[in-house]
Amino acid sequence: MDVIEIIRVSRDSLTSNKIRSLLTMLGVVIGVASVIMLVSIGEGARAYIGRELGSLGTNILIVVPGKTSAKGGFHPPAATTVRKLVYDDAVIIKKRSRHVYDAVPLIFGTSKIKYMNQSRDNSVAGVTETYFEIRNLSVESGRFISSSDVDSGRKVCILGRTVKKDLFGDKNALGALVTIGDSKYRVIGVMEKKGVTLGIDFDDIVFIPTTAAQELFDTDSLFNITIKVRSASEIEAAKEDIRQILMKRHANREDFTIMSQDEMVAVMGKILNIMTAVLAGIAAISLLVGGIGIMNIMLVSVRERTREIGIRKALGAKNRDILLQFLVESVTLSLIGGTGGILLAGLLSIVAPYFVEFLPTHLALWSIIVAFLFSAAVGIFFGVYPARKASLYDPIKALRYE
Amino acid sequence: MIVLKDIKKSYILPRVTVDVLRGIDLEVAEKDFVAVMGPSGSGKSTLLHIIGCLDRPTSGRYLLLGVDVSRKTDNELAEIRNKKIGFVFQSFNLLPKLIAWKNVEAPLIYSGVSPDVRKIKARAMLEKLGLSQRAEHYPSELSGGEQQRVAIARALINAPAIILADEPTGNLDSRSGKEIIDIFKNLNKEGVTIVVVTHEKEIAEEAAKIITIKDGVCQSGCY
Repeated sequence: MDVIEIIRVSRDSLTSNKIRSLLTMLGVVIGVASVIMLVSIGEGARAYIGRELGSLGTNILIVVPGKTSAKGGFHPPAATTVRKLVYDDAVIIKKRSRHVYDAVPLIFGTSKIKYMNQSRDNSVAGVTETYFEIRNLSVESGRFISSSDVDSGRKVCILGRTVKKDLFGDKNALGALVTIGDSKYRVIGVMEKKGVTLGIDFDDIVFIPTTAAQELFDTDSLFNITIKVRSASEIEAAKEDIRQILMKRHANREDFTIMSQDEMVAVMGKILNIMTAVLAGIAAISLLVGGIGIMNIMLVSVRERTREIGIRKALGAKNRDILLQFLVESVTLSLIGGTGGILLAGLLSIVAPYFVEFLPTHLALWSIIVAFLFSAAVGIFFGVYPARKASLYDPIKALRYE
Repeated sequence: MIVLKDIKKSYILPRVTVDVLRGIDLEVAEKDFVAVMGPSGSGKSTLLHIIGCLDRPTSGRYLLLGVDVSRKTDNELAEIRNKKIGFVFQSFNLLPKLIAWKNVEAPLIYSGVSPDVRKIKARAMLEKLGLSQRAEHYPSELSGGEQQRVAIARALINAPAIILADEPTGNLDSRSGKEIIDIFKNLNKEGVTIVVVTHEKEIAEEAAKIITIKDGVCQSGCY
């Protein structure tokens, strides 16, 4: 039996029950579309995080106090006290390692900030002059903290956009004196809009020199040391340098953790992969349900056409001819459904960002191919049973069927 | 051409075993025109199905054109039905969604004939049966007699050795029935072997030979 004839017979059968065929396909459409959509959301989220971290500077290492190994192992917690990181740690890292471009001692805290009768509780970050460069931050007006500001512990501050707007409205803030904690700080700059990046609202932070922050929070313990390595290829060497330097200063104990931003991306990527796989798996179940729908309809179709099967067999159709005819029908249903699902997913991924702002999507070609092949497989898998049943009909009984 | 030896057919139902054919010996020679008669339930349709390789006997030997078909596989039987046998049924059994010539070409599809040749052959066969004006009509648009003639065209399309007809006039008025029988007579003159199952005496009398079956055994005319 030639292929064109088989396809023609399937087409006739599918078009003679349009609503039924459409509803059956809908199951596959929804299944395929949801698989592709969920994968594309996962991929989009991954791309988003990569981009966001990239916008916070590249080749960055962060040293935090305390050992939190991702690799596991034995760390006697109570027996040792964690030594804090201090300003000089950062200075020495910069001085001793040739791989390090700069090391910024960062102090972070919350403090009351006041101007005239406006006041708010605000995140305050104590940084040194290169922090802005390392983190790709820029000012809208005024200037950054300079090295002399840091060296002399000068009480100057740079306001995030939101902070400036809250305290000053549309008025010019440059040169004004604001009260942070108990002291007066001169505003030397206003940040450019950066927005929320990875959950941190950079527009809602006030930056002051680290030396001033030590006085403000009355501490010399750092939140972290933010380090810029000269190039990506030097990251491992820099990590080793930093480890050596800090251990020497910390009585040979590794009571600190060096994280690279790339590692953080990798960890998040892994989590996202698992999430994507789980979601796609759930979506695949709906594809499975669609497949069962196909099987159901094919069984009905086989029964309805019992007599046709009998006639065709009497005319010389072999079992294989009948099997193929019904199999092509179910595969056609699933492939058209699969194509519809791909189109629907494509449409949704274009439209969705207009309705849900925080939903980065990225249509992955591989997910489209996989979903399409999977829908074909569903058509074959769920089509075989009804088609086989049809092909094994006894011609006499089939001819007598009313 | 057709040799049946002690053909038996029983259906095993949950409670009882029904013996439909209880040892039939029969010979049909080439170019014969045979009518099979008998009351309903006598097993004549079952006999026709076995001759037509649609059904298998429970026991006995069946030689068709000198070949023992009792041991053939399903696929081999399908091929025999396709090439050697043409069926004509009481209820026509046309495919309702196909127009006349598409119905006629159907057996050729299963013998692997190309679409162009199929179309030419199917239309020629319809013309032979006086239906060239009806080639593009659906079965539902045809009269009973016309439908049966389409069915005969379909049965003849692969130039079979034997035409098997099961009550071919049963659903037709007497005038159409007469037409069908005339067609059979003409085909027989052209050399086609014909076996017709019927319970109408007038039709049976047109045949060269009458076989009577009763209760699954041959009563008369089997040799």
